[in-house]
Amino acid sequence: MTAMLEVKNVSKSFGAVRANESISLEVHEGRIVGLIGPNGSGKTTLFSSIVGAHPVDEGSIRFQGREISRLRVADIARLGLIRTFQQTRIYGGMTCVENMLISASQRGSSLLDLFHIRSAARGRQAEDLLAFVGLHAKRHLRADSLSFGQQKLLEFAMALMNEPKMLMLDEPTAGINPILIDGLIDRLKQANAVFGVTLFVIEHNMRVIMSLAEHIYCLAHGELLAEGPPEEIRNDRRVIDAYLGAH
Amino acid sequence: MSVAAYRPAGYLAIVAIGIVAPFLFPAYQSQMAELWLFIVFALTWDLVGGQMGYNSFGNVVFLGVGMYACVVAQVGLFYPVSAYNAARGGGATVFTFDMTQYLEGLAIGLPVGALLATLTALALGSIVLGMRGHYFAICTLGLGIAAGEIANGWEWIGAGSGMVPPNAPDAVGDLSRFYYYFALALAVVTFLVLRWLYMTRFGLAINAIRDNEDKAEAMGLKTTQIKVTAWMISAFFLGIAGGLLGNLKRFIDPIDTAFAGPTYGVWMVLMAILGGKGTLWGPVIGAVVFQVLKEASWTYLLGWQRVVLGLVIVVIVVFFPQGIMGFVRERFPDWFGHRVEGGTIAGPARKETLR
Repeated sequence: MTAMLEVKNVSKSFGAVRANESISLEVHEGRIVGLIGPNGSGKTTLFSSIVGAHPVDEGSIRFQGREISRLRVADIARLGLIRTFQQTRIYGGMTCVENMLISASQRGSSLLDLFHIRSAARGRQAEDLLAFVGLHAKRHLRADSLSFGQQKLLEFAMALMNEPKMLMLDEPTAGINPILIDGLIDRLKQANAVFGVTLFVIEHNMRVIMSLAEHIYCLAHGELLAEGPPEEIRNDRRVIDAYLGAH
Repeated sequence: MSVAAYRPAGYLAIVAIGIVAPFLFPAYQSQMAELWLFIVFALTWDLVGGQMGYNSFGNVVFLGVGMYACVVAQVGLFYPVSAYNAARGGGATVFTFDMTQYLEGLAIGLPVGALLATLTALALGSIVLGMRGHYFAICTLGLGIAAGEIANGWEWIGAGSGMVPPNAPDAVGDLSRFYYYFALALAVVTFLVLRWLYMTRFGLAINAIRDNEDKAEAMGLKTTQIKVTAWMISAFFLGIAGGLLGNLKRFIDPIDTAFAGPTYGVWMVLMAILGGKGTLWGPVIGAVVFQVLKEASWTYLLGWQRVVLGLVIVVIVVFFPQGIMGFVRERFPDWFGHRVEGGTIAGPARKETLR
């Protein structure tokens, strides 16, 4: 079986900084895959390369067998590959419901499709998903009046509203109240199991990624350092050294 | 009883006032006609500057293009445009238009103006809408100035001496009331179209671009296409407004009437901000307040009118950066539907228990 997302020998430099050096990895359909690594190891750069935010210098990126490394951001999103941001990005001047409604999938829709009055079915879906992340009571508030953690939950709900095939989450639990983190892990697992969304997750919180991911890739200094199931990664000498700064 | 229930009655009342106003206050008819056009200016500016967050100082380009295109078509359908302009100031030939010619010219000129303005927005937008924030604002400022200079040097359309729209045949007399109702109709149609537009997904999409364009793109919205479309819609109505304004003013100066950046160009922005950027009613309220202020200061404080307007700008920016509607929305978020529902956060459960 070929992988849903296939990254092959991808390199990316910013000036003299080699942010990603010949990285290869695979994410299979229906799985939850983790991406870890110390700060500055190139995780977010790799995410941005995959979703087309900047062109890669070398290598190939395939999504469902299709080369996407030369496509534009919006076109990649329309294939069903959606990312969330480390610094939460929501539409602050709009209500939560409006944030959700405009996040509905654009797949196969043209400019003319935007000129329709908002549909009731979409409205129900938006409300259901807001309830799913626990924001139902606040659905008519402006998104910029939510707390940081709530904005993060809203962004997650917006991503689900898009009905992606694969969701790439950049540190979904950073800045979230520790008490809410378990709830979020549950919801991520549900999104995977119930909605069938493949997840590819950057995470710094080891407890979270170990309980969430089935397979983990570890980056350090822009290179792929190790990969394997959580137990293996947890005990990998190189990974521990990278995190503790033995290099 | 909610506000929504009174809405149709409110709309009808405003239109009714607009219809009878020239009979009640005939002395102010031209100012009121200008007001309806100002409402169009503010509404179309806000579509891009407020709802989409792209502050344009160049919308006056579409006004000028619409104005010139309309008048050139009105003339050019029946006479050579260069001969018509050359005869200005009492030449050998007198160019007259009979009733059919006059109406035909207008019926073709206004749509031509709208179309050309829309196409101008398509061409310019495809280039400059890739820029963001201040860069976009400064670039559009340059576009307005450049357009004025081009018109100022273009002999065929009268260059710096400007252009005079065709005179109506003597038999019909004064047409200013006719143009008043035209301006009123345009303002009503523009308002209703934008009101509909803001209820569609397109309205949400331009709000999303305003709030976070990178996010909108990452969620699959084709932002460039959407931005250019919004500017084209704005230009379409401004183009018609330009044709009406040219005929209402009875003279087009390339820099003072058509591509009038320092007056119309700035006023568009000012009216929208005064009333409240990014709201449907804000630009309308802003235009009314502005026009009253402007006319009052021109009448009672002549010589100081620019100072008064300048002070108004300073006061708005410093004390009411959100404008009138924005100020009200901050005070009474409930009126705009921004409230917590259900019993978990605050207040008793409402919707949940009713269902």
